[in-house]
Amino acid sequence: MQDQSPGPVIGSRRILRFDRVERAAHWANAVLFGILMATALPLYFVQVDRFVGRRVLVENIHTWCGVALPIPLVISLAGPWGERLRRDVRRINLWTAAELRWLWSLGRRAIPEPDKFNPGQKLNALFTAGAIVVMLATGSILKWYRFFPLDWRTGATFVHDVLALGIFIVVFGHIAFALSHRDALRSMVRGWVTESWARRHASGWLKEELPDPTKDPSLPT
Amino acid sequence: MAPCAPYDEGVATSSPPVSERPKRVGRRVVLGMVAAGAAGIVFGARVQNVVGSALGSGLGGLLPGGDRFRIYTVTNSFPDIPDAAYRLKVDGLVDRPVTLTLDQLRAMPRTRLVKDFQCVTGWRVPNVHWEGVRLSDVLDLAGVQDSAQALAFDSYDGLDTESLTLDQARRPDVIVAYRMLGAPITSEHGGPVRLYVAPMYGYKSLKWLSAIRVVDRVEPGYWEQNGYAVDAWIGRSNGGTEQPVD
Repeated sequence: MQDQSPGPVIGSRRILRFDRVERAAHWANAVLFGILMATALPLYFVQVDRFVGRRVLVENIHTWCGVALPIPLVISLAGPWGERLRRDVRRINLWTAAELRWLWSLGRRAIPEPDKFNPGQKLNALFTAGAIVVMLATGSILKWYRFFPLDWRTGATFVHDVLALGIFIVVFGHIAFALSHRDALRSMVRGWVTESWARRHASGWLKEELPDPTKDPSLPT
Repeated sequence: MAPCAPYDEGVATSSPPVSERPKRVGRRVVLGMVAAGAAGIVFGARVQNVVGSALGSGLGGLLPGGDRFRIYTVTNSFPDIPDAAYRLKVDGLVDRPVTLTLDQLRAMPRTRLVKDFQCVTGWRVPNVHWEGVRLSDVLDLAGVQDSAQALAFDSYDGLDTESLTLDQARRPDVIVAYRMLGAPITSEHGGPVRLYVAPMYGYKSLKWLSAIRVVDRVEPGYWEQNGYAVDAWIGRSNGGTEQPVD
C-alpha cells in the first residue's frame, strides 16, 4: 500500500482490491460476454430474429467474439503485469474448510476470517472460467462441424444450449449482486475498497494487505 | 506433505493441521465442468434420444437443445405468402408446365411422414410430423421428359435455391410439404409450402418453395455454392462417415 498511515477518519483508508490489469481483464471479458449473450438471443429465438434481422452478421459477430473470448484473460495473466491477477487466481483456487462449510450451509455458517473473495464470488469466477472453455469447445464444433462426427455435433449443440441457459442465470445473478453491493462494484470500477469494508467482509485478506496488525490499533485482535 | 508428522491438531504450530489446509477446490470445479462438457459432447446425442423417447416428443421440448428448430433464412427475412396467393410453378423439361395452388396441392394424394429433422451443424428435432404431396406425384402431373436429369428449386425469398437428381426426387420420403408439427407450416418454417427431403440434411428442405424447374443436369443450390455437399445424405456427407440414420 502506498499509504500505510492512518487516515483522517479511522477505517476510511483506501485499499487496492483490483489493479488496472485485473479491471481491464474483467471489463474486456464482460463486454465480450455481453455481445455473445446479446447476439445469442436472435440465434435462439425466431421472434427476436424477425425483429433484429441481419442474421448472417449476427452469426459472424457471435462466432468471432466467441473466438476472442479467452484473449483478455490470457494476455492479462501471461505477462509480468499479471502478478496480482495470478495471485487472485490462486486465491480462487484454494478453499479452506470454513469456506466449504459456508458454501454447504448456504452462507449460514460464517467464515472466521473471510478471504478477499467469498465462496460465492469464487464459484462465480470458476463457473465463468469453465464456461469459457466449454462454450469455446462446443462452439468450435458447431462452427467447424466438418471435422467431427454427427453425434458429437448434436452433443455439442446440447451442451452449448444447456450452458447458455446457465450463463444467463449466473451473469444476471452476478449483475444483481454487483448492483446491490456498491462498494464491491466500485472496487471493480475504480480499484479500491475502504478499510472498514475490508474489515467487515474480508478481514483475512486485510491482514495480508496490512502485514503487521500489532502496529495497527484499528484492527480487531 | 508430511504424512508421518505427529498428530498435532489443535496445537498452535506454524502450519495448520491437514484438515484445515486449503484445498484446490477451484481446479476441481473447472476440470469438472470441462469433463461434464466433454461427456455431453460425446454422449449428449444419446441422452437426448433416450430422454426424448422416454418422455415422448412433446415433452422433449423441456430439454434445452431438444426438440427445437433453429430457424435459418438466407435473406434475413421471412416471406409472408397468403395461402390464397401461393403458387407452385413446375416447368422446364416437362410435357405440360403447370402452376398449382395450395388447394390443388391439398387435393392431391396426401403423404404423412414422421421423421427427424437433422441439421448439418448437429441440432436434431426428433419425430417431426410432416404432411404433403410426394414430389414424384407433382412431377407426374407435369410429365417429365426423357432428357431430364435433375430438378432445380426456387424459393419465394428470391435467393435460396436447391437441387436434387431425378432419382433422389422420386424417393417416397421426399415431399412437397404443406403441414408440419400438426399444423399448417408457419412462415418461419418455410410455409405455406416447403420441400422436405427426409434422408438429407435440413438445408436440402428448401423453404417457401416457389418453383420446380426440370433440368438436364444438377445445378448446385445456394448452400452447395457455399461449400455444402450436393448429395447431402445424413451421416454420409459433409464430413460424416457413419451410416445414415435410417
